[in-house]
This record gives sequence, C-alpha cells and structure tokens, in this order.
Amino acid sequence: MVKLEINGKSREFDVAGDMPLLWLLRDEAHMMGTKFGCGMALCGACTVHVDGEATRSCVLPVSAVAGKKITTIEGVSATPAGLAAQQAWIAAEVVQCGYCQSGQIMSAAALLAKNKQPTDADIDDAMSGNICRCGTYTRIREAIKDATRSPLLKGA
Amino acid sequence: MNAPFNPGSIEQSRRGFLKIAAAAGAGLMVGFWSLPGEAVAATATTGKPAVAAADLNAFIAIGADDAITLTMPKVEMGQGTYTAIPMLIAEELEVDMDKVTLRHAPPNAKVYGAPFGDQFTGGSTSIRLMWEPMRQTGAAARMVLIQAAADQWQVAPDSCHAEHGEVVHKASGRRIKYGQLVAAAARLPLPEKIALKDPKDFKLIGKPVKRLDARGKTDGTALFGIDTVVPGMKVAVVAASPVVGGRLKAVKDAKARKMRGVRNVVKLDNAVAVVADNYWYARQALAALEITWDEGQYARLSTDDVRAIMLDALKKPGKVARNDGDALKALAADGKRVEAVYVNPMLAHATMEPMNCTVHYDAKAGTAEIWVGSQVPARARDDAAKVLGLAPEKVTLHNHLIGGGFGRRLYTDYVVQAAALARQVKAPLKVVWSREEDIQHDLVRGLYAHSVSASLDAKGMPVAFSHKIAGPSNLATFAPSFLQNGLDTDNVEGSDTFSYDIPNMRVEYTREDGPVPSGFWRGVGPTRNMAVLESFIDELAEKTGQDPLTYRLAMLDKQPRAAHVLKVAAQRAGWGGKLPARSGRGIALMRAWGTYLAQVVDVSVNDDGEVAVKRVVCVVDCGHVVNPDTVVAQIQSGINYGLTAGLFGAITFKDGRVEQSNFHDYRILRLSEAPVIEVEIVKSTEAPGGIGEPGTAGVGAALTNAVFAATGQRVREMPLRADLLKKA
Repeated sequence: MVKLEINGKSREFDVAGDMPLLWLLRDEAHMMGTKFGCGMALCGACTVHVDGEATRSCVLPVSAVAGKKITTIEGVSATPAGLAAQQAWIAAEVVQCGYCQSGQIMSAAALLAKNKQPTDADIDDAMSGNICRCGTYTRIREAIKDATRSPLLKGA
Repeated sequence: MNAPFNPGSIEQSRRGFLKIAAAAGAGLMVGFWSLPGEAVAATATTGKPAVAAADLNAFIAIGADDAITLTMPKVEMGQGTYTAIPMLIAEELEVDMDKVTLRHAPPNAKVYGAPFGDQFTGGSTSIRLMWEPMRQTGAAARMVLIQAAADQWQVAPDSCHAEHGEVVHKASGRRIKYGQLVAAAARLPLPEKIALKDPKDFKLIGKPVKRLDARGKTDGTALFGIDTVVPGMKVAVVAASPVVGGRLKAVKDAKARKMRGVRNVVKLDNAVAVVADNYWYARQALAALEITWDEGQYARLSTDDVRAIMLDALKKPGKVARNDGDALKALAADGKRVEAVYVNPMLAHATMEPMNCTVHYDAKAGTAEIWVGSQVPARARDDAAKVLGLAPEKVTLHNHLIGGGFGRRLYTDYVVQAAALARQVKAPLKVVWSREEDIQHDLVRGLYAHSVSASLDAKGMPVAFSHKIAGPSNLATFAPSFLQNGLDTDNVEGSDTFSYDIPNMRVEYTREDGPVPSGFWRGVGPTRNMAVLESFIDELAEKTGQDPLTYRLAMLDKQPRAAHVLKVAAQRAGWGGKLPARSGRGIALMRAWGTYLAQVVDVSVNDDGEVAVKRVVCVVDCGHVVNPDTVVAQIQSGINYGLTAGLFGAITFKDGRVEQSNFHDYRILRLSEAPVIEVEIVKSTEAPGGIGEPGTAGVGAALTNAVFAATGQRVREMPLRADLLKKA
C-alpha cells in the first residue's frame, strides 16, 4: 500500500512501488487532468507539484513521494499562483487543443509561486520542459506576464 | 485540397435542404440535410419528435425551457471551430454566445457530412464550408420564431425583430422568449426566402469572441479520448511490427503473463498487446515479451531507398495539372535556364495526445461502444464495425476533444486496431499507444521529390516555369472519388494557383506511393509545394542579382491581394534594413485554401551552424474573418508547427524501422526557441478562406530564404543541418 496526499486529501493505493505517479493518478485515482505525453520526462504534459516543485510525474515512482504533498491541475486553483495562472490563461486565450495545458499551467504556477516577477529568461527556463504542439508559446509567455499583475499574487 | 472542397459547389444546393422539425418536449429543431428527398417529416408536434433526434442534424435545438443546444458537425482539435461555428449560428439566431450549449455530433455521415458528404474535419474547410449553411440555419430559425410571435400577437412579422433570445414588437413594447414560441414555430413551414443579416449589422462575426472550450482546458476537466474511464475497463499497450509491412511470427509471453496486473496477451496479424489493470503494468509486461517478427520485404529499407524511389519517379510522366502557354517549348528555347531538385522529408504528426481508443465489444448483445477522438467519426465507427463483424448501427461512437489532429486523426488505423484487440477481450478495453509506438507507427507525411526549372528573359524574369512533383497520393487512398480525371489535386495545390505572372507555366504530378504508409499532414500539398516554389523564386532573384521582394512584386500586377500582403509584411518587418553578420531575413508568399499570406522570417546562425528564429511577421488576407483572435492564434500555431518541421523535422528509416522514437530525437520547438510572431489581418469582404494550415504552409520557404540570406547556403531539403551551415 502507498499512502499519498493529493490535493490536500490523504489516500491509499494498492499499487507497485515503482509505478510512476502519473499512472496512479490517471488509472487508479481516475484524475484525468494530468496528461500522458511521452513517458520520459521530455514533454511536461504530466507536470504536477511535489512539495511545491514542478515535477514530471511520468518518471516519478510513487514510492518516492510517500508523505509528500502532491498538487495536480485539479487542485492547483487552491493556490494563489495556480489560480492566477489559470485566470491569465483564459484572459490571454492561450489554449488550442488543450492537451498540454494542464502541464503548462502547473509549470507556470510553480514558477510564479517562487518568482513573482519572472524575466523572459526565467520564463524560458521554467517553461522549456513543456512542449505545446499547437505552438501556443507566444500566449503562454503573455499569460505568465499577465499573471504577475494578478492581485492574487500581491498578498501571497 | 482545393477543388474537392470548393465551397462554391455547395451554394446551389443548400436552400432545399434546410428543414424544421418538432423536438422532444415540444421544442424546435432546425438543421439541414445532405441528401435531398431524405424522408424527414416536419409534421405537427404530437408530443413526440417527428423523427428521432439522433437522425436529425439539428444544428439548433431550442427547448421550451429556452435551452439552446448547438450540435457541432466539426471536431474541435484546437483550431477554434467550437467557437467560430456557434458564432455563425448565434449571429443570425440573435442569441448570446454564453447561452448556448454545445454537443459533439454523433457519427452519421449522411446527416452531419453535409454539405461535403463525409463527416470530416480537415483541409482548412470548416469555416469555408459552414459560412453560408450555418448562417442560413440560424436565420431560418430566427424567421420562424418571429413568425410564431407575430401570429400570436396578430401583427406583421416585419414589425417584429429578434434580440438576445427574444422576439420583440417594438411598437407595443411586447417581448417573448424563444422557449415560449418553439411549439408554434415547429408547426410553421420554412420561409420561402431566407434573409441573412447585412454584414454591417453583425454583432459577433468579425469581433474577437472568447473560446468556449477554454475553462475546461485550464482546470483539467476537459475530456479527451484518452481520459475515458468505463467501469471494469482494462488497459492495453501494444507493439506493432517495427518494420514496415512486417508480421507477427511468434511471442514468448510466459514471463509477462506472471507479472503484476497482467490479464492477457492478445495477438493480431501484425501486432501484439498486453492487457492489464493499468497502463504501467501493461507497459512493463510488454517489455518482457520476447517477440519475433517476420520482417518481410522491407527489412532493409532505408530513407535513401525512399528518396531514390521518388527521385526516379520524377523522371516518369505524370498528370498535368496546369499548362499555361507552352512551357516545355519555352524551356527548350535559348535563354538563361535555371534548374533545381528539392526534397520534402517524411514527418510525423506527433500529436500531444498519443493515439488511443477505447472499445467495449459485447459479443452476447452483438453491440459495441467506442470512445475516441477522431476527425472522421462516421468512418471510425464504420471501420470498427467491419472488424467486429457488426452492422454500423450496432456500434455507438462517442467522439471527444482531440489532443492534436494535424491530419493524423483523419485515419482510423488506431480505431481498427483497438476494435480487433477488444474483440478478443471480455472487458471494455482502452488501447493507449506509447509515444514510441505513436512516432514509429504514424501515417507519416510522405517523402516528395520536386524538380523545378525556369527560363529567364534578358531582365531575369521567368518566361517559362515548370514544377514536377513525385510522391504518394493521399487523396487516392483517403477519398478516391475526389481525384479529378485521375489527378490528385492536393499534391499540386498551391502550385496550381501559383500567383506570379509567368506566360508559360506547367505543373505535373507523378504518383508514387512508395513503401511507407503515409497520410495528410498539416498544410498538405501547399506546405510541400510552397517550400519548393518560394525558395526557387528566391534562387531566380539571386541568380539575376535582384531583391527577392522587388522580384516577386514585378510578377504580381494582376494579383492585388497577393501583392498587398507581401508589401505590408515587408514594410512591417523592415525589409531592406541592415542586419548583423550571419543574420538573415527571408520572405515568402503563400496562396491556397482561398487565403493569401506573406511571411518575413528573421534568423541568426551561430558559428556552429545552429539557427535561431528571432521574429516572424505574417500578414494574412483570409477574406471575411469570423473570429479574428482565432485567426491570429491559428497563424501563431501554424508558424511554430512549420518552424518545428523546418528546423528539426525528419522521420528516417534504417533496416525498415523508423529511427526516431520520442521527443529527444523527434524534436519539437520549445518555448525558449519560439520566435516573436507578429500577425496582421487584412480587412476584407471576400469569401472566408481557410486558416488552420496557411501559417504552416508559408513559413518553410521564408525560413530557408532567411538562412540563405544569413549564410549563402541554399537549403533544398529540410530540416536545416548545422553541419552544412557552420562558419567556414
């Protein structure tokens, strides 16, 4: 049994310890917002937060995250940076097919939580692990800059 | 895909097909039918719908409770059609966008294929095909609702108008909601003459409207095919023959069957799959299988073999698509002659959502249910039914949002495979391809060879121009009835409308499908053809010492839309300005899908030959714009898709196998590498052109022309190669 804290709730799962967190979320917890893209931490579609750090869940064994706080796209709106990112994403009309955007928002939220005024270089560093095949990069950059002006981030 | 999807051909027929019917609960349904004479009763309401709702392509259903449901005949895969098509309807129906609910059309080519005849999303056709019929449908519904109100109030209909889902009689100040009119409206005949709004009165069309699918795609609730969960479902991970055309010979599965969570190992003629409780267990067990393949005739196939086949096909006669004047004679005459051979490489679609399909086959009941994201839901249902030995009506298909299409999900191979596997399994089965499987078993953009030649007059202007193309015919395999006298119009598209004023112009296509299964890829024919033609035009300018922009404009006197986009793009980009060493600026024109577009690309090339794209300016004239923000988004998207191909894209073969496997060796442009993109839309009242593909089609040659400007190296086969571009 593996005991995990996902979006503030403690849950137990009877799975192999080497199972990547992605597949536990999707196939066992049926939380489908976190996406499968590559299975090799190359595309970022599976990005979640582990103790606030943006982490690729497709290569992260569940045994390594026992006792840590996991946040997924379904729970990120409870954080000021997550909600600010989601709102900015809608305002900038970022999404197209939308498949990668859970991961994009999770990476952006982790960035904004730590760095309230990221430079272009900071955005490059934080977001270049996330591939968008629809090429929404121009708007992702805009949305992150827009989110820095969110009142949600002021008090945080 | 020009001629077969020409929206002009639907003009004559649309009116007769509009129908009105009573919906369940005394509602109103309005739609149109692809086949005239289809028995669709529009009889008085008896409390029951005249025909089953599922059989109607009722694009609009209005309930007595005022609920407005629009059924989307086109599939949303990022291109914004789920916003733009409702805009067309809502504009004429006079309802607010936030009051409408959308649903995916069920698979039914007869009704939802209208007016094209196949239920299909692709080829930049959605707005071009739907522009008139959707507005007609909305206007017809508005008119019967106004008539119903006028009847009730006993006033003239033209003294009433509709706004915000109500009919208003201005003189008396009376107003009534649509929901209260639907029962009466459903009994009315369709108006003889349908009055479309004057474009100057548009409230929605032409203004930026927020995407209707944005929220679900930012909070994790949007459901794609891969997100399907069915009670009792198992997951299969599959390995198909790694060699083109290979067969499964033998599998040793004793070890795999003992692994945790494994339920079954299922074989097909050319593939084997592990069925397990979840993806991870299935994937682990698949790796533990010992598989022997019968590799067949292509066991030694290489990219060089494919290239040689296509270059050889260039020498064979083909179908002539265009023959202005006498190009062959003019080319044979004295004068300066320039020739070149170009190759367009094989490419994967690499959609972010890997191929997947869930099938529940119920042998006892003789039925099946399918959950999938498809650009062709009716085909997918029919093809799966065939494999399952069921009549199509015994198969229910639930279509989903698509995590990237780009042409890949026009094909049903992954649906057919899932059905064949599910047939052998008692539980509902979700088949998910690994990224490796997805890249190695794509229906790739085929390899195409092109020869181009021109003869130039004393001023260096072309008097004759020939473009010969050899490669696979996607139209022949996908929709053979759309070949025109045997000609694949997709493969010559963009070349057949090449805009420059050249008196002798010849375009010829020789079909050679080659050994590698191929398919439509974003930008289809024009992406390949413009990459060649717009580079070759640059070669001609260079050979005669002329500026690439001036040279193009000199041949565009008769093409004001083309000349305009070029001029505006050049001006905005600062064409002619000084650039640092090893930086370059390239320009290209693109005309296809009824859209004109010019792009200027700025690059810098470092001493190692690595190219950075700094900025892309794109000026687009796509006729009447429905949602300008979607146009900008699609251009941005198309440019990054095309740059990805130009900078990195190539599927290559060795020993019959695709050499690439995941995003480390099939590179996709990343945020830090993406250029600044500036898009300017030309105001126009021309018929709407396509927008999903033009950005991709235009950018290839602008990129290679910029690289030439920076390095003096002409790229005739993409992707760019650092070893050829490094500082000497």
